[in-house]
Amino acid sequence: MKVTFEINGAEKSVDVEARTLVVDLIRTKLGMTGTHIGCDTSNCGACTVLLDGRPVKSCTLLAPMLEGRKVTTVEGLAQGGKLDAIQEGFHAEHGLQCGFCTPGMMLVGKALIEANPHPTEDEIRWGISGNICRCTGYMNIVKAIQHAAAANAAENVAGVA
Amino acid sequence: MFPAAFDYTAPGALDEVLSLLSQHGDDAKVLAGGQSLIPLLKLRFAAPVILVDIGRVDGLEGIRRENGHVRIGARTRHRDVESATELRGTLDVLLDAAPLISDPLIRNMGTVGGSICHADPAGDWGAVMLAVGAEFVVKSASGERVLPAAGFFEGPFTTGLRSDEVMTEIRIPVGSGRSGGTYLKLERKVGDFASVATAVHVVLGGDGRIAAAGIGLCAVGAHSIKATAAEAALVGQAPSDELIAEAARLAGDAAEPKADIRGSAEYKRDVARVFVQRGLHTAINRAQGATA
Repeated sequence: MKVTFEINGAEKSVDVEARTLVVDLIRTKLGMTGTHIGCDTSNCGACTVLLDGRPVKSCTLLAPMLEGRKVTTVEGLAQGGKLDAIQEGFHAEHGLQCGFCTPGMMLVGKALIEANPHPTEDEIRWGISGNICRCTGYMNIVKAIQHAAAANAAENVAGVA
Repeated sequence: MFPAAFDYTAPGALDEVLSLLSQHGDDAKVLAGGQSLIPLLKLRFAAPVILVDIGRVDGLEGIRRENGHVRIGARTRHRDVESATELRGTLDVLLDAAPLISDPLIRNMGTVGGSICHADPAGDWGAVMLAVGAEFVVKSASGERVLPAAGFFEGPFTTGLRSDEVMTEIRIPVGSGRSGGTYLKLERKVGDFASVATAVHVVLGGDGRIAAAGIGLCAVGAHSIKATAAEAALVGQAPSDELIAEAARLAGDAAEPKADIRGSAEYKRDVARVFVQRGLHTAINRAQGATA
C-alpha cells in the first residue's frame, strides 16, 4: 500500500506492506540508519523518532500510521550544516559512550526542552525514563540536555535583546 | 520481529469502522495507539485478518466535563490525561495513575480506551476505572451500549466488548461532594508493569462521613478487581484509622494474586492491603482538604 508522509521536512511517498514497522521503513526503505533497533520489544527507546513533535518508539508503529504525519529522525536535527542545540549539548558534555542510544536520547531531549524550556534534573531523568543507556552513562546525558536548555535560553535572551 | 500479513484500513468515519467490524467479526481487530497490539502482532500472539485503524476518526479524543460527568474520548492518549491538571481535586486517581503507565514514549501513543479494551490484568486503567465507577460507551452497527466498569473485565485480555463493537468514550460520574483519590504502584523498575497497584477514590458527604468509596486492584488476579466488600465497609462511616485498616484488610482478601517473578502470592496480597491502607489515608486527607 502507498503511504505518504513528511520526514525531516521532505515529503515521501512509499509503497510498503501494511505490516512494515516504521523503524524498518526508515532504515531499509529510506536508507537512514541513524534510527537504531535495540530491543525490538518497545522497551529501550533506541528507535525513538518524533511523530508530530512527540517522541515515540518506531519499532511499535506500523508504516501506514504515518499517513499525513510528520516524522523527525536524528538525521533531521542539524539544519544547513549547523548542529542543533541538543547535538551541541551532547558534544560539549560528552553525553555518550558507545553511542547506540544517542539518537533516541537526543530526540527525547529535544522534545523535552521544547515542551519545558527549563527542566529540573528530576524532570530530565523522568523525561528520558523510556530510553535506556546500557553503558549507564546517564550523568552526562542529563548534563547534555541541561547544556542544550541553557544554550536555547541564552539564544532567546540574545534574540530579545 | 514483524507481524504476520494483514489487510489494513483506516476509515475516516465511525460508521465505516462499525460496518467493517460487523462484516469481519472476530477476524478484525481495532487499532488505536497500538502500544499493546503491535507487540502482540510482532510476537504473532495475535494474527487478525484485518486491522481497522481508528486513528483518522474525528471526535474520539479529548477530556471534557459535561452533565455531571468527566467524559474522556476513548482514543485520548495517556499523555493527555497526565497533563489534564484540571482533574486535580475531582479525579486525583487518574492524574496519579497516568504518569505511572509504562514510559513517556509509550504514553505519547497509547490510548486510554485501547488499554481498557486490551484488558491486561496488569493494565493500570482497569483498576482506576473500577475505583471511580466509570461507564464505557461502546458502539456497533446495531447501536450503542453503556457498560459499567464493574463487570466489564471478565478475565485476562477478555472483556464484555463484542467483536463488532468499538469503545468511543469513558464516562466518569463526578458528584457534588468533596472527593479525593490516589493510585499507588509497585514496579521493579520505571516503566515496568505493576507488581501490584491499587486505585482508591472516596467522596465525603457534608457530614464528613464517607458517602462513596471505590477501590480497584491491579495485577493481583486474572483481571482488574473491584474490592466491593472493602468499599461497602467504608460507606456511611466516619473516617478513622481503624476503619481504614479494616477496609484495607478486606481489600487484601479480595486479591487473587499468583506467585511469579515479581513476588509470591502472600507478598502481593500484603502489598495490596498496605497500598489500599495508605491510599485511603491519602484519599481521605485530600477529600477533607477539598472544597465541594
